[in-house]
Amino acid sequence: MIRVVLPSHLRTLAQVSGEVMLDIEGPVSQRSVLDALEACYPMLRGTIRDQVSGKRRAFLRFFACKRDLSHEPPDFLLPEAVASGAEPFLVVGAVAGG
Amino acid sequence: MSTVRLLVGTRKGAFVLTSDGHRQKWEINGPFFGGWELYHLKGSPVDPNRIYASQCSGWFGQMIQRSDDGGKSWTPVGNKFVYDGVPGTHQWYDGTPHPWEFKRVWHLEPSLTDPDTVYAGVEDAAMFRSTDAGQSWQELSGLRGHGSGAHWMPGAGGMGLHTILLDPSNAARMYIAISAAGAFRTDDGGKTWLPKNLGLKSDFMPDPTAEVGHCVHRIAMHPSRPNVLFMQKHWDVMRSDNAGDSWHEVSGNLPTDFGFPIDVHAHEPDTIYVVPIKSDSEHYPPDGKLRVYRSRSGGNEWEALTKGLPQSDCYVNILRDAMAVDSMDSCGIYFGTTGGQVYASADSGDSWKAIVRDLPGVLSVEVQTLP
Repeated sequence: MIRVVLPSHLRTLAQVSGEVMLDIEGPVSQRSVLDALEACYPMLRGTIRDQVSGKRRAFLRFFACKRDLSHEPPDFLLPEAVASGAEPFLVVGAVAGG
Repeated sequence: MSTVRLLVGTRKGAFVLTSDGHRQKWEINGPFFGGWELYHLKGSPVDPNRIYASQCSGWFGQMIQRSDDGGKSWTPVGNKFVYDGVPGTHQWYDGTPHPWEFKRVWHLEPSLTDPDTVYAGVEDAAMFRSTDAGQSWQELSGLRGHGSGAHWMPGAGGMGLHTILLDPSNAARMYIAISAAGAFRTDDGGKTWLPKNLGLKSDFMPDPTAEVGHCVHRIAMHPSRPNVLFMQKHWDVMRSDNAGDSWHEVSGNLPTDFGFPIDVHAHEPDTIYVVPIKSDSEHYPPDGKLRVYRSRSGGNEWEALTKGLPQSDCYVNILRDAMAVDSMDSCGIYFGTTGGQVYASADSGDSWKAIVRDLPGVLSVEVQTLP
């Protein structure tokens, strides 16, 4: 199972608490994780990536295994620790403010 | 006794304020969608328990929420707003072509006859319609496709389509307004549109009387007289007596004719309300005095309404969608401020009282009069 940590506003929107668990067959990439996430929680469509272009929303970041994966291409394979469920895939709201 | 329900959108959530017909004691519920910007909420005139809300965030984009129980519970519905065809470009601040990009929904206008039909005014300026209660949205692209579209330019607050008026006597006729393109009218249900800005004069434009480019802030109509329109423009309060074909100024004795909202009394089609703001660069009331101005003659002669409103050290603004009127026998007027106050008058504006003082900055106020 893939573990995904969402920012609090998106947990509220999706009506989940804690981590989201996703079952993904095949390669584990940003794209496949987000596809699975949006399939389970359709209300999240458009909140993490643009619904038309598929681009990550500008003020969100993707972290895993202490690395910033935000700028990796959508089909870049996520670390094995994420694919195995040992580490979560984090969707993080960028800090904005002083 | 009838009840009154206020739908208040703020910079950090939505609030639902309810009262009986006396409108003296209010119950305040919220925040709903705490932390999100609620640009606008509006109920269906056909089914008042159906309410649509525009919820957005710089982080997470646009959501549309729908309530079918008067705002007690909400369901996210469709948030996919895709411009029809190849979007093309409009003019950017520096005069260069800029691709149309959806940013947010400024205004939601439910149909007068069908609770499943609702219109959305969006930034970058365009109009969308849903006929399935908000699940899916289609652009009425004849508006953006008007020949002038490539020359529209955003105002300082963005290029938003913020006003949608539905003609209750003619289902095919609608009016919209865009900052800073101006007013437009359709007579065929949204397929084609014509600019309706004759008589407007905007000194910030190279041709002050050009057909498009005016920064219209808000238009209002009384349902019993839909050919008469009132407009608060960037500067100037205007009136049209021929469904927008031409406009004339009715600023009269206002202390300043800059402002954002304008509204019409529920039972007196010639009684209108504005809130003068000092200037386009000083968005607060003149002299620190919060005054609503009322004209009982359809413009030109205005009286200041001050009873119950702060008359010193007040430097809030009142945004374009933040004023509404109820339809109780004694007409109620409501407005919200950028300082988080919501003021109510149960006597057509003669006296005012703050319902609540410390909400986040108010973006919009709508009112429902319920049996």
